[in-house]
Amino acid sequence: MNVYKYGDNVDTDVIIPARYLNAPDEKSLASHCMEDIDAQFSSTVELGDIMVAGANFGCGSSREHAPLAIKACGVKCVIAASFARIFYRNAINIGFPILECPEAAAAILPGDAVRVDFKTGVITDETQGRTFQAAPFPAFIDGIIESGGLLKSLKARGVAK
Amino acid sequence: MGMTMTQKILAKHAGLDAVEAGQLIEARLDLVLGNDITTPVAITEFDKAGLTQVFDKDKIAIILDHYTPCKDIKAAQLCAQARAFAQRFDITHFYDVGQMGVEHALVPEKGLAAPGEAIIGADSHTCTYGALGAFSTGVGSTDMAAGMATGLCWFKVPPAIKVTLKGKRKPYVGGKDVVLHLIGEIGVDGGLYQSLEFAGEGVAALTMDDRFTISNMAIEAGAKNGIFPVDDKTRAYLDGRVDRPWEAVEPDADAVYDREVVIDLSSLRPTVALPHLPSNTRTVDEAAGIPIQQVVIGSCTNGRLKDLQESADILKGKKVARGVRCIVIPATQQIYMDALAQGLIQTFIEAGCAVSTPTCGPCLGGHMGVLADGERAVSTTNRNFVGRMGPVSSEIILASPAVAAASAITGCITDPAKV
Repeated sequence: MNVYKYGDNVDTDVIIPARYLNAPDEKSLASHCMEDIDAQFSSTVELGDIMVAGANFGCGSSREHAPLAIKACGVKCVIAASFARIFYRNAINIGFPILECPEAAAAILPGDAVRVDFKTGVITDETQGRTFQAAPFPAFIDGIIESGGLLKSLKARGVAK
Repeated sequence: MGMTMTQKILAKHAGLDAVEAGQLIEARLDLVLGNDITTPVAITEFDKAGLTQVFDKDKIAIILDHYTPCKDIKAAQLCAQARAFAQRFDITHFYDVGQMGVEHALVPEKGLAAPGEAIIGADSHTCTYGALGAFSTGVGSTDMAAGMATGLCWFKVPPAIKVTLKGKRKPYVGGKDVVLHLIGEIGVDGGLYQSLEFAGEGVAALTMDDRFTISNMAIEAGAKNGIFPVDDKTRAYLDGRVDRPWEAVEPDADAVYDREVVIDLSSLRPTVALPHLPSNTRTVDEAAGIPIQQVVIGSCTNGRLKDLQESADILKGKKVARGVRCIVIPATQQIYMDALAQGLIQTFIEAGCAVSTPTCGPCLGGHMGVLADGERAVSTTNRNFVGRMGPVSSEIILASPAVAAASAITGCITDPAKV
């Protein structure tokens, strides 16, 4: 596994540029993910890789195509100092794991071997021998993620028909 | 403990007497909105989940505004998907080419947003209707699908920043300058997870179009929403548009705010945001002289009638500089017709501007004004991120309609008082 590290305010226009939103299938989104700030990303990313970023990750547009693109690339999770709120709820709603942890986001370096326990929110950087504690999700949000996304959880509750 | 305007609206829509910041709630929705980019993704999720019913066909708005009139085959397929869904469920507020406008100008114009209501839209600038004293916020496509099916949405109740406006603004200072100044002060994540609650004696002097511009860009400070109190100007705007009952919500006297930001309107200058963040603000004096090759006047931020009037006042009898393309996009058909009746469209065309049918087009680099390598635009839109309007080497400077029009005449960033 590899770590891809980015700075603050990574916006949804660079995660997936609007010029590709006319083809919202996963394969197309994945092939253009991050290309405006990291031209190599989509050709080198592998299943299980982790994305690490600074503050306000996913700011800007509400496009759900952004977490969909990252997920479709095979990225296991995003660890950031903070997330823009629409990206945050979009990731939860599609059942894509994100972890808010400023300490881990600052410390983890590209090339580090990182392990994540989504149940406990513990992030382990095995290369540096350090562990970090991300804020755990409230039970309500945990329920959405465990159901496999918002619509499945609403169906399971019998609210959506 | 007292509640803010946002908290009171959320409490009511969650069926609770009170809520507090950080609380997770499920709220009843008055409107669920989507466009031609986000609705197809919502429909795919809706169908994938096996959903077969919408909660209320009168409380869903689908507006085809981003890539329309369709820029290519792929965009046309997305519109066809949205159109078929609207037909299938007989969606009352479906707006296609010919009736559509830029969604956040069209929704208030058609009376689909009212004070005290709770609105979600699968478009980040859905926060615009805070100008009317509504709680409205941008969400994703799955939220839109869930909202269409259930009429419900989950929220984390936000804490608030109180933005107190005082003093009287000077000529050529409008809503865009106020909100760019605010974002420059607090940063693009300065309002993260929070609501911006506007207050103070300075509010009364702002036109409704100013307030729409300010609420529109609350998201550019990371905020969940940006909400104004309801006053006589709000009531005058709603008159003849909204005939259902609505309720103006005021903050409790002991409402709790995380902090207060005070803006003295009399001290503001026309303000621009240089590449590549809306928080990278300068006064027009500091930015004057930066060359530009394109001007865009329009969008959900600044495509309303007052924006066109201000631009036309400056362009009247003048010519767009050689080497500059100036694109003017009225945000709705009604605004277009009003601008025609007032002679504004003639002024634009005589000055050498291209005038377009309503579309979001160039704001997101979709069509109708995409930049080439190394080109720079001054735009009345809301985002100047890397690659937003063209290749990564292109640049966007955000500005008011007055600054954009003045810059079109000179070919560089220009103080509107100086043309």
